[in-house]
Amino acid sequence: MTQLSYRAAFALIVKRDLMIAFRHRDDIVNPLLFFVIVVSLFPLGVGPESTTLSRIAPGIIWVAALLATLLSLDRLFKSDYADGSLEQMLLSPHPVFILVIAKIFAHWLLTGLPLILIAPLLAVLLHLHESSYGALMLTLLLGTPVLSLLGAIGVALTVGIKKGGVLLSLLVLPLYIPVLIFATSAIDTAAMNLPYNGQLAIIAAIFFASLTLAPFAVSAALKVSTN
Amino acid sequence: MLLSARGLTCIREERVLFEALDVNVSAGDIVQIEGPNGAGKTSLLRILAGLSQPYDGAIFFQDNAVAKQRETFHQDLLYLGHLPGVKDEMTAQENLEFNLALHGLDSHTAETTLAKVNLLGFEDALASHLSAGQHRRIALARLWQSQAKIWILDEPFTAIDKLGVEKLEQLFVKHADNGGCVILTTHQDLSLPAERVKKVTLAYRFY
Amino acid sequence: MMWKWLHPYANPEISYHFAGKVLPWCARLAAIFLTIGITWALLFAPADYQQGDTFRIFYLHVPAAMLSMGIYLGMAIAALSSLVWQLKLADASAAAMAPIGATFTFIALVTGAAWGKPMWGTWWIWDARLTSELILLFLYLGVIALHNAFEDKSLAGKAAGILAIVGVINLPIIKYSVEWWNTLHQGATVSKLGQPSMSADMFWPFLVCFIGFAFLVTALICLRFRTEILTRNSMRPWVRELVADEENAHAV
Repeated sequence: MTQLSYRAAFALIVKRDLMIAFRHRDDIVNPLLFFVIVVSLFPLGVGPESTTLSRIAPGIIWVAALLATLLSLDRLFKSDYADGSLEQMLLSPHPVFILVIAKIFAHWLLTGLPLILIAPLLAVLLHLHESSYGALMLTLLLGTPVLSLLGAIGVALTVGIKKGGVLLSLLVLPLYIPVLIFATSAIDTAAMNLPYNGQLAIIAAIFFASLTLAPFAVSAALKVSTN
Repeated sequence: MLLSARGLTCIREERVLFEALDVNVSAGDIVQIEGPNGAGKTSLLRILAGLSQPYDGAIFFQDNAVAKQRETFHQDLLYLGHLPGVKDEMTAQENLEFNLALHGLDSHTAETTLAKVNLLGFEDALASHLSAGQHRRIALARLWQSQAKIWILDEPFTAIDKLGVEKLEQLFVKHADNGGCVILTTHQDLSLPAERVKKVTLAYRFY
Repeated sequence: MMWKWLHPYANPEISYHFAGKVLPWCARLAAIFLTIGITWALLFAPADYQQGDTFRIFYLHVPAAMLSMGIYLGMAIAALSSLVWQLKLADASAAAMAPIGATFTFIALVTGAAWGKPMWGTWWIWDARLTSELILLFLYLGVIALHNAFEDKSLAGKAAGILAIVGVINLPIIKYSVEWWNTLHQGATVSKLGQPSMSADMFWPFLVCFIGFAFLVTALICLRFRTEILTRNSMRPWVRELVADEENAHAV
């Protein structure tokens, strides 16, 4: 029996998840639409006054990104759990954390990356300060993987629970708070034309910490959920 | 001793399913777990496969604790449970290719293996268009390529016709003769000679 | 190995009886310390020269806040021992400790708000400590909700345990980020909920109150642990005997 290398196993899972998602395009498009709609609600709720909007734009975009990611997390393990593929992955000869990282990476490609690409458009809608665009993209680039990684922990814990969706929000949103704080602060700091390396460095640190630790929590949680 | 379990106790939702159970499976064994519904057959199989943790007790693969060598154990394990592990969005062939590749087998054999389970002509059909029985056959197809020594199968004959059941039984005997073992549950009678099949009976316990 | 002495307590029955012995002592000590501490704090300790008598709520707020975090840490440590050493008993720790921790967090929030009203005229202020306590409350509620969502209690305990461990790792990061956030948006209000430098005649009543609450928490945890052990082992013969003995005692 040929033993797949870590890289081959990773690629196998990513390819499969991407293939499934592209045949189910709703799963990709709906969270994006949600992102756009939620952001559009704010001018309607707060008033279209330009200075107000540009003041709260970083927070709105980031909170909307958090919520859109939450919506999309369901896809991560639920369908595999329901049809038995998850069990088979847990029983395969590969370490579970490789499979977990592969699935989370595929999730980020399908959720985080589109969010990053659409964000500038939404920033225009909210009159985001011009010097903030770079900070917006960088914080999203570093932050959205963290959202996928931490969110995966919540999904893994709730995948076996019926109607686990609302519970998922309660579990995951408090964990998102540090990224939210530092990301919005970086964008605000950029608006004042000040350097925001400090905040970026902290987000990067959170990213590396979650990259190394979250897969273990996810594996442990999946083993409990498939018990 | 290929697979052995010592002192297994399983408690599900406050009910003790079985207590201090020992199971010993050697190469060449075909073991049937039998008992009424709710006696814990599926739970026992899942514990033997390492999917569920028992309340007490441990599983040993070739006399080494499974808990300490998961990946080695998984290389020699094939488990098919109630759920077939077939994705609706992929075709029959894509599903089998993925299953084979995931377990380190050659995915190029997928097409010919589908023929062995009478799914010739259905290779490019999306699994969402296939029946539950056909899903099960996609899952079972792996048996023909598997090099794992231990086969743990939960009701493998569900939705399989008589001819298919016979073919499977022959496959089990061949596998056992080659030094592997098969542990299964089934509601049907196995048409294998009685001396070939060892039985483990679980009783239904109320508490 | 040095953990051998712990092994007997992995047995639920032994732990049940051990907790039963510890409980009355903790309860008595709690009563003593709290009576002394609270009377001292409320009646005899000096009033703060700036805040007057409203400061006295500090003696309730700060111990509650410290214990709320201590209980979370304890819960996470117990969960870790459950996962690493397979101590079955520790599965019950999330169920036993989370509600107590959540209550103390809630007390900290309410006393914080009560302190705030005479200070700033509002019932709530987003200062670093109150915001962290609020997030801690969400973390506790998450653990409790996750535990309740599983039907099988031992799986519930494991899942809640994993969440507790993830939470405890995140807790310092969350606290740090909230403090940082607070300094950014400081504005005109300066938080007085930060501990003022305590003079000796404030420190001692504070310590007595804190010790009293700590004993109270231990007593409550013992009580809840015993309940959890009974629930999870309801089908075991030793529990049935216990129930039968109780029934006989009452019958007589």
